[in-house]
Amino acid sequence: MSNINTDRPLSPHLQVYSLQLTMVLSIFHRGTGIFLMVGIPVLVLWLYMLQSGEHNYGHAMKYLAYPVGRLLLLGWTFSIFYHLCNGVRHLFWDIGKGYEISTLYRSGAAVVVVSILMTLATWLCAYGLI
Amino acid sequence: MKFRSPLKNARGLGSANEGLSHWWLQRISAVALIPLCLWFVYSLLAIFAAPYGAVISWFGSPLNSSLMLLFVLVSLYHGQTGIQVVIEDYIHTKSVSMTLLLLVKGGSLLLAVVSVVSILKVAIGG
Repeated sequence: MSNINTDRPLSPHLQVYSLQLTMVLSIFHRGTGIFLMVGIPVLVLWLYMLQSGEHNYGHAMKYLAYPVGRLLLLGWTFSIFYHLCNGVRHLFWDIGKGYEISTLYRSGAAVVVVSILMTLATWLCAYGLI
Repeated sequence: MKFRSPLKNARGLGSANEGLSHWWLQRISAVALIPLCLWFVYSLLAIFAAPYGAVISWFGSPLNSSLMLLFVLVSLYHGQTGIQVVIEDYIHTKSVSMTLLLLVKGGSLLLAVVSVVSILKVAIGG
């Protein structure tokens, strides 16, 4: 037992791990997933207000139009596109494709660019600009 | 020494006792959500700025209300499988994780029922 080397490197912990694109995207996938799950009660509440009549529906739309409401909607728009695009990336991994380091970084960058563009397009459309 | 009985291997369910059904159903719902999410954003763009009456008549179309129902239900199903994995990953106290899981699953079921009733009420009544 005495010849065990106790100076061997320890498993790297998150706090000493330098940030890499791949890990940030992975954390974002979970984050956006959780944030989207928080959005579902809001969607269901919106549907509930819709069935309860014009007055309540007007209230729901008024709250969603507040700056905080718009910010949340923007967050959910980006989250749905990000989680969708990165989810497709995950599905490719599930069939064993896209594991080369260069592919990982290229597909990761593509996910960021495409989800931002889709979010922009959606909001420009919402404001009637395109 | 081998502790596994041949029956365990034959069933192929592994230590989680459910095989890969959780993983597999998460992937199936993910694939279903690809077109559903795109349809959902596209539809919300169409009806969000519309007046109340137009939204009601939008839900009056069986295709719209059916797809909206599918979107909410599949999203809830997929989301609940995801949150379950997050809870199982980070919460190591059995009593806490069990409580959270029950809350998430029960809450999802409640939201599913409320959305079904609300959408059907608008779709049929409107």
